[in-house]
Amino acid sequence: MIKIENLSKTYPLQNGSYTAIEKINLTIHDGDIFGIIGMSGAGKSTLVRCINLLEKPTTGSIVIDGTDVTALSDKQLLLLRRKVGMVFQKFNLLMQRSILDNVALPLEISGAAKPKRTARARELLEMVGLSSQADKYPAQLSGGQQQRVSIARALANQPSLILCDEPTSALDSLTTNSILKLLRDINRKLGVTIIIITHEISVVEKICNRVAVIDNSVIVEQGETADIIANPQQQITKQLLGRVRWDA
Amino acid sequence: MPEIISAFWNEYGALLLQGIWDTAVMTGVSTLFAYVIGLPLGILLVITQPHGIWPHRRLNRALDWVVNIGRSLPFIILMISITGFTKLIMGTFIGVRGAIVPLVVSAAPFVARMVETSLTEVDTGVVEAAQSMGASVQQIVFKVYLPEAMPSLVLGGSISMITVLAYTAIAGAVGAGGLGDLAIRYGYQRKVKSMLVVTVVFLIVVVQVIQSIFNLITKKIDKRIRL
Repeated sequence: MIKIENLSKTYPLQNGSYTAIEKINLTIHDGDIFGIIGMSGAGKSTLVRCINLLEKPTTGSIVIDGTDVTALSDKQLLLLRRKVGMVFQKFNLLMQRSILDNVALPLEISGAAKPKRTARARELLEMVGLSSQADKYPAQLSGGQQQRVSIARALANQPSLILCDEPTSALDSLTTNSILKLLRDINRKLGVTIIIITHEISVVEKICNRVAVIDNSVIVEQGETADIIANPQQQITKQLLGRVRWDA
Repeated sequence: MPEIISAFWNEYGALLLQGIWDTAVMTGVSTLFAYVIGLPLGILLVITQPHGIWPHRRLNRALDWVVNIGRSLPFIILMISITGFTKLIMGTFIGVRGAIVPLVVSAAPFVARMVETSLTEVDTGVVEAAQSMGASVQQIVFKVYLPEAMPSLVLGGSISMITVLAYTAIAGAVGAGGLGDLAIRYGYQRKVKSMLVVTVVFLIVVVQVIQSIFNLITKKIDKRIRL
């Protein structure tokens, strides 16, 4: 379980400061596919980056399975990150590494022996349906294939949590569906908790069991996806659902 | 024509071969040591930046300052300013041995900037991905920054090497030996036109060869485009 309490992140500026997220409270249960939806600039990327401390929160706590990760030492933080996978909008694969070596990178970082790394990477590529591409390089793959590789990579260290930052925003709608299906399969098969940042309500509708709506740095609404979609309370939620006329 | 060539060869052949060898040694050894110093400097310049993977404001400023000083001295002035230091290290400040120290001192900051530029080109998203995997600073440098920047680093290597080659000719003016020395002493001072022509042609060919080899290596190792 992940419990986020009173989480804020403020960036100092030359004159004054900029608050990216303010007093965020969220609970994410094991096995959830939790959507965080909002417009660009709402603070959703900052929020997800705080969970594995790529961004250091200004105040508040993030408790993952009983450990407040904001209080971890640098060394402990590296160990935590090895257990949290991350998937990015722009895939962020290493262009000079083969597909197999890209998937094996997290294992290399955590110090696994080479035969073990290779075996595990092959197993993961099999799982995302890209066994035949193992010896190719990212530039030779399509966007959808690259995102599959990055999902395989995120799974390498057998994480219990995967953070996805706009995982389908760079993909066409057909590819989006196949990536979402892959994430759902992984969630069901491996029981991995998934947090998805998105600006597309369709992503939430398709795979998230719970959702939080973020607007202007704060969470304005959260709950079961079905409830939120059936009965949105906030203006921004209605807008994201397309239920408000654009010129209204 | 062949008589002219054989006459030239008989008179200057040995000198020319010695000059080529001296230039090759000065260029090769100096470039190598310039990288031994400049590569870590360049890496530090990138990772200690405020948004780098190992932010250290003071260290970054200090390095930046040192590199700028090294870059601001024209080679010939640097060479004559550090003769004491050169003698301390090599036992002499003339000849090929005497040229290597100032060549390294002058090229290392240049190399540091070349390396810095190459590493800065590495996609920040990829660095972030490595951080999200729990990679240490050292792991990010050796598994992400250097391999991802390798094609650019190799191309930078050709620029550094050709720059050092040009410096060796200047060093030749103050008694370092090599092709620069031959061109000045024979070609210019003794008016042996053919010596000037030969050294110029040779240098042009060498630069072309260096550039072509490095281009070839870059093309061979770069996995970004493969059609």
